[in-house]
Amino acid sequence: HGPYQPHEPGYGLDQSGYSPYEDEIPDPQARMLAIQNAKAYLLKTSTRSGLNLYDHFANILTKVLDEQPANTVDIIEDISKDVKWAQFRKKMDTLRDEHLILPTFEAAEKCKALFVREGGEEHEELDEEMGQPSLPNVMETAFYFEQAGIGLDKDESYYIFLSLKHLVNVQPIQTCRFWGKILGVEMNYIIAEVQLQEGEGGEEEEMVEGEEETLVEAEKEMDEAEEEGEEKEKEAEPPKSTYKPPPEIPKEENGTGTNKYIYFVCNEPGKPWVKLPPVTPAQIVCARKIKKFFTGRLDAPVVSFPPFPGNEANYLRAQIARISAGTHVSPTGFYQFANEDEEEDEGDAYEENPEFEPPPVAEMVDSLATWAHHVKGILKQGRCVWINPSQKSEENEEEEEEEEEDKEEEGEEQEEERGLPLLTLISEDEGMKNIPAWTAKASTNLIPQYSVAILQSNRWPGAYAFASGRKFDNIYFGWGHKYSPEGHTPALPPPAQAEYPSGPGITETVDPTVEEEIAFKVAQEEALAEEEEEGEEEEVED
Amino acid sequence: MEALSLPAALPLVAGGGAGLSPERRAALGASLPLLQRDYRFERVWFWGCIQGLRGTYYIAEGLGPNRAAPRSRLYSLNCLDWSLLTPGTKEMLALAEQLKGRFQGDPSFEYSLAEINAEASARLIEGGKEPVIKEEVRLIATIEQIDKAVGIVPRGAFVKTPLGSVHENRHFEGLSLLEAKKLSSYFHFTKPVNLKNKTLLEKADLDPSTDFLDSLEHDIPQGSWSIQQEKGGTVVVLRSLLWLGLTFYHVPMTKQYGYVYFGTGEKNLDLPFML
Repeated sequence: HGPYQPHEPGYGLDQSGYSPYEDEIPDPQARMLAIQNAKAYLLKTSTRSGLNLYDHFANILTKVLDEQPANTVDIIEDISKDVKWAQFRKKMDTLRDEHLILPTFEAAEKCKALFVREGGEEHEELDEEMGQPSLPNVMETAFYFEQAGIGLDKDESYYIFLSLKHLVNVQPIQTCRFWGKILGVEMNYIIAEVQLQEGEGGEEEEMVEGEEETLVEAEKEMDEAEEEGEEKEKEAEPPKSTYKPPPEIPKEENGTGTNKYIYFVCNEPGKPWVKLPPVTPAQIVCARKIKKFFTGRLDAPVVSFPPFPGNEANYLRAQIARISAGTHVSPTGFYQFANEDEEEDEGDAYEENPEFEPPPVAEMVDSLATWAHHVKGILKQGRCVWINPSQKSEENEEEEEEEEEDKEEEGEEQEEERGLPLLTLISEDEGMKNIPAWTAKASTNLIPQYSVAILQSNRWPGAYAFASGRKFDNIYFGWGHKYSPEGHTPALPPPAQAEYPSGPGITETVDPTVEEEIAFKVAQEEALAEEEEEGEEEEVED
Repeated sequence: MEALSLPAALPLVAGGGAGLSPERRAALGASLPLLQRDYRFERVWFWGCIQGLRGTYYIAEGLGPNRAAPRSRLYSLNCLDWSLLTPGTKEMLALAEQLKGRFQGDPSFEYSLAEINAEASARLIEGGKEPVIKEEVRLIATIEQIDKAVGIVPRGAFVKTPLGSVHENRHFEGLSLLEAKKLSSYFHFTKPVNLKNKTLLEKADLDPSTDFLDSLEHDIPQGSWSIQQEKGGTVVVLRSLLWLGLTFYHVPMTKQYGYVYFGTGEKNLDLPFML
């Protein structure tokens, strides 16, 4: 259906004498009639919408002449649609539109609140006396990372800077650092790594201990009830399950190992900071087996197999612990052991080396031996320091001791795990297949005297470190998952447990075949016959 | 994203922590207009970068008068010298899709085919060529895959003329905040697959000039897009969970939109386990 040509029927001018191919000027009256016909046609109101083409064209032309857009002919259809749409909007409305409070404005309010400067001069004096909680210079770190193309928008960095300052003012914090940002499906997490002042982490420990006590009491009550029940019914009992779950590996103390730092998270700068609970080895072991996206809500359940002991806050904390252990590096020699006499395994304390001389950037990029981990690696057990789980259960009841002896007899001793000592060079990190664990590069090749050495982790994509002179830092921007070259294989369900031990008392014997029965019968008859003969002989003897 | 809107757009996609260093940004600002001049593109899009182990590929796309026509793709290792990528044959693309692992960062690196597909390598040997795939072929295959799977535009941003060619809609003023939160307001900017499967009732509601592409609603698996409003709703950011690293931004009620890929160039095959 193309546009009508003037000589086709439907145009209205195909009456005799008015073809455009004639040179003569047609009769004016007939022409007027044709024009009126055409106008009447244009004025015909549509049965569907009540508009007519004449008015519509008039409106379009008015709008075009008023606004005079560029290349009108290309957008004429859209203009036509807009004009039609405008018909249905009333100019005068008795109801006024409610002033919409967009969420944009609320967020802007929160951001503005960040800029409020608390207290006055008194606060500043206090800070000087207390020997400054170290608020990191987030903008400086952001500048160095930006040289490599890593980092957030400057505005967002500044908001994070201000919210860290608020965090430092609210909580009793000794040192604080912007750890990074983990993306989630619905919302993201901004994470701060914090060391509280001494004695401040105690509240949680007390609460946890109280819970453990109540648990133990509950277990004792249950045991007593079971014993009473047993005494009553000693006859037909179903076989007792011999399964005892493996002893729970205790989590590390606050301030050591995986729980060395405390982490606060928030979804957006301006929202309140939430403290993440300390991580337990069971959570780390499980987190190694699953791979799930974060939703952005800390209380979201983590539905997975093997079932994760905790909700998203625990999963987040476990991933943070793994990332920190795997990717926090510093230039070799920046940190040194506090006591050189200490055994390497137990050396958890390191301090800055005042005699550190930073190697030149080119060397830091070329050789991976110039970087070292300063966070202890996590063992398979889920802790940084290995603990023998059977030691703890000495305090428990006799039953368990007996079972332990059984276990030891079976030879199920757990081997002591040894991890890499602290401050290992990253050149010892294993790569996967043919992918090295780290990629190092300089931020710019054009201006080498001011370039910054950048490290990218290939095992945890999103973990970066930079070093420039004495300054260095680590950061993480990513989804929070480890890189797996072959893809993630979920854990298979364990094999079904044996319901009962199979022994001769329970196993079914095979039914005897007919031949065996006949043979047995024959043998029995022979035996009977022999006895009768003997009996007869005895009688005869008497 | 449009090369001309790079300076304004990069801060909007920086929420994921990936971006460009000032040196690269400046280099792009200088070299992309030259690209437009030399190849006579009507539009130049900065597609993003694929990070290899030893180097990074920066990719740009050039568009002609019909925006839906196959685009020319160019890559560069330093944002200054660009090389045109030749579109590969279907077989080469299918083979390249089977390659796993990170990109090496060296365009002349050769992947040995024998490990992946013995038949194809045998065929190649018979044909007299070596059974290898160059990283360039893998690069173009990956870019095409990503564009086809997750290259998106807002609804109404492009119009299809009756003659069949596709242009930017100059009358597009941006999605409203409400529309911007829905997945159905975004389209895959590639040949539609699901359109013809729609029922007649649905098709009746569509506007053929703007609704000529597939929307994101029916993407498999469901939940493979993450929609977030950053900065309190001033920017709507969509991140693909299938190709981690693809970020799409749109400022509602304005004409600003675009997508960019900053990542390793690997498909996230674990997606069904992770949702």
